[in-house]
Amino acid sequence: MTNDDFEPLIIAFCCNWCSYAGADLAGVSRLQYPPAARVIRVMCSGMVHPNLVIDALTKGADGVLICGCHPGDCHYLEGNLRAENRKEAIELMLEDFGVEPERFRLEWVSASEGPRFAQVMRDMSEQVRSLGPSPYAV
Amino acid sequence: MYATKEAIIAKEHEPDLDCTIFFIDLRAFGKGFDEYYNRARELGINYVRCSPSSIRQIPATNDLRIEYQAAGGERLAEEFDMVVLSTGLRPPLEAQELADTFGIELDPHGFAATQDLAPVETTRPGVFVCGPFTGPKDIPETVMEASASASKAMALLSDERGSLIQEKEYPPEKDVEGREPRIGVFVCHCGKNIGGVADVPSVVEYARTLPNVVYAEHNLYTCSTDTQEQIKQMIAEHDLNRVLVASCSPRTHEPLFRNTCREAGLNEYLFEMANIRDQCTWVHMNEPEQATRKAKDLVRMAVAKARMLEPLRKGSLKVNNDALVLGGGMAGMTAALNLADQGFQVHLIEKQPELGGNFRDVRRLLNGADPRETLSRTIDRVTSHPRIALHLDSTLAAAEGSVGNFNSTVRRNGTETQVKHGVAIVATGATQYQPTEYLYGEHPRVLTQRDLEGWIAEDRPELRELESVVMIQCVGSREEARPYCSRICCSQAVKNAMALKETRPDLTIHVLYRDIRTYGVLEKHYTEAREKGVRFLRYDEDRRPTVSAANGRLQVSTVDPLLNLALRIDSDLVVLAPAIVPRSDTEEVGKLFKVPLNPDRFFLEAHMKLRPVDFATDGLFMCGLVHSPKSLEESIAQADAAAARAATILSKDDIRLDATISELVDENCDGCAYCIDPCPYNALTLIEYMHKGSIKKAVERDEALCKGCGVCQATCPKKGIFIRNFRLEQLGAMVDAALQEA
Repeated sequence: MTNDDFEPLIIAFCCNWCSYAGADLAGVSRLQYPPAARVIRVMCSGMVHPNLVIDALTKGADGVLICGCHPGDCHYLEGNLRAENRKEAIELMLEDFGVEPERFRLEWVSASEGPRFAQVMRDMSEQVRSLGPSPYAV
Repeated sequence: MYATKEAIIAKEHEPDLDCTIFFIDLRAFGKGFDEYYNRARELGINYVRCSPSSIRQIPATNDLRIEYQAAGGERLAEEFDMVVLSTGLRPPLEAQELADTFGIELDPHGFAATQDLAPVETTRPGVFVCGPFTGPKDIPETVMEASASASKAMALLSDERGSLIQEKEYPPEKDVEGREPRIGVFVCHCGKNIGGVADVPSVVEYARTLPNVVYAEHNLYTCSTDTQEQIKQMIAEHDLNRVLVASCSPRTHEPLFRNTCREAGLNEYLFEMANIRDQCTWVHMNEPEQATRKAKDLVRMAVAKARMLEPLRKGSLKVNNDALVLGGGMAGMTAALNLADQGFQVHLIEKQPELGGNFRDVRRLLNGADPRETLSRTIDRVTSHPRIALHLDSTLAAAEGSVGNFNSTVRRNGTETQVKHGVAIVATGATQYQPTEYLYGEHPRVLTQRDLEGWIAEDRPELRELESVVMIQCVGSREEARPYCSRICCSQAVKNAMALKETRPDLTIHVLYRDIRTYGVLEKHYTEAREKGVRFLRYDEDRRPTVSAANGRLQVSTVDPLLNLALRIDSDLVVLAPAIVPRSDTEEVGKLFKVPLNPDRFFLEAHMKLRPVDFATDGLFMCGLVHSPKSLEESIAQADAAAARAATILSKDDIRLDATISELVDENCDGCAYCIDPCPYNALTLIEYMHKGSIKKAVERDEALCKGCGVCQATCPKKGIFIRNFRLEQLGAMVDAALQEA
């Protein structure tokens, strides 16, 4: 498959209070971005178990994104910091599984950052596109 | 703005459409409006500043030919397929009849007359008004006034509160335990918002092929009242025990559909949404095929979760019926008084040693009236109200807890007091931009409008020697650093110009502006000012005026964009209209309550139009300048609105808690306690108990403390704890579904 007709599939876990709202705002503002991501709403970025990330990437997702509130803004005080604490462990596990760590991202997007959400979507789509399909893609 | 919105929508329908808007002043004065206007220009909508001189139909083509004079004086003509007129609003024809029925007076325009600084009070006590009946206005202001009127009525009726309430009765819940899921899918067209991009019927067809989906249909608007009846009917007809709506965002519409499920005898948590508008068709407008595919994927993912939904029960919690109001300006005082008048205890916190905030600097209203009597009366009422505890010279050091049960720390001179409250209203205000341009701070005769207002009120002798005054608008507003409009400066300039003209009709006053935004009924003051000889001169953003000092006088140079003519005005006084800017501590307050700011650093409301005083977090409200620049009357209306919204919580004895909190799985939890430290709410404790003759360790969760963040679920290595409705298995099923091919 050439990179041109490769359409990456990204699983995006977005927290209800900031990032999911930011994603909605991108829509309300009609900001356009590539249709690569499938958003799964979670209450907090700190809710996403590392196994969900690993499972998604080893079952064929081309990328996984966790989006939460900016540090200090977390609706649950510091759930986002818990998510950040797990980032390194997730990256190490991905290495063990032979998945490029760049396929996983943690980003902070606030409820008012529609443009930032759209930009993250564009950046991540581009990054995953340049990596090519997941080594686990069927 | 209406024209801009219609032009943008027209371009969404037909991207190649050429849209031209002819206008005189661009009145993008609302929150976020200038940004919206900038986006319209980026989309290629063409703005022409002029009043067309004629429209003629061309007989051969039926096209319409508009003749107009362009900037620089050149006469131009252009042909269009369609001309849409932006028509003004007028009072309803039956306004007089309505006014007679209620015994209230109308203003000279025929709108309902209101009192100075009492925007929802008519000329007759006990009769309140809201919305465009008092003058043309937008949705947010209308909604605020509606809530404000409700709270005014509630204060009068506080003794009778709750006496006419009829508890809504729901049918008994269907028992779904152990039953195979039977899912009904309702896919919304949302007019053209979804259906204009994605192929909705094919999404419905596809949904019918998914496991456990026994029924699927599409609706023009799934949120309409008719469709709620239809959903209920289909739940009964097809014995549905799970409902999925594919439409907009659960953040706005989940409560509506959950209620519909409940009315049909389904537990409200047996409902799921797929966001195929805000996160699909709106962001992939030019890729209809991809959008359709993604919509199918999102429906498949939502069905995967819907199959695993479980009925849940809400707990309940006692409500603390006291309120905390942060900020003792006009907005904070109004909100505090309103709640206290309704019978609630209020803690009012002001960091300054005295009440009043920015209102202390307002010396005159647009109609010439002196507001200081209102200020002192309001302060007196606040300080003497038996239900208001006033904390002057105080700041908020911490705010913990959540709706119904906040616990805050108030700091004064190093001592800290704990305050318990059920809601909080944030009214910390805004301040004035300190100009660095136009010789402000360097030359004693360069003032701000606020300074001038003080000079006029004090009748400063300098004013008597004036011959020529120049006012410069949009100082620090509507530029890159602050792209928003400060909304009230045009009216303030007009107000001060009129006040100067009152005593000195011969005085020459020039107002240099970019757009005059004396919106709604304020327009009459602009007209009056022009009639009195105040000269309004427009300048372009990229050709700003310059001010220089020479021989003790000031010289203002500007370019008239219409005539493309450079002008020099000699002046004795230059008056600047600086932007309204957020206070430096706004961010800190946001962090205390964990609530977001918008890009302009004002607070972000839950919904710009429909929930203009609510934060997205339950139990937190805002009013006044901390929300956006606005007039005193608008601040007052918003403060009364915030009080109304707060009272919906304070008037309850207990509130129902969300059921989506953590739950232990006894057989999996081995008491390793990994989850206990990371819990942000200290809701988990390690317990030991006797089990089959030996000591078993396990974790216990406090229902009142757990907020359902799920940090525990993500920390547990053994699936020993989960968040209801967001179980690992449910999220995993969505991931698996996302990875399947449609």
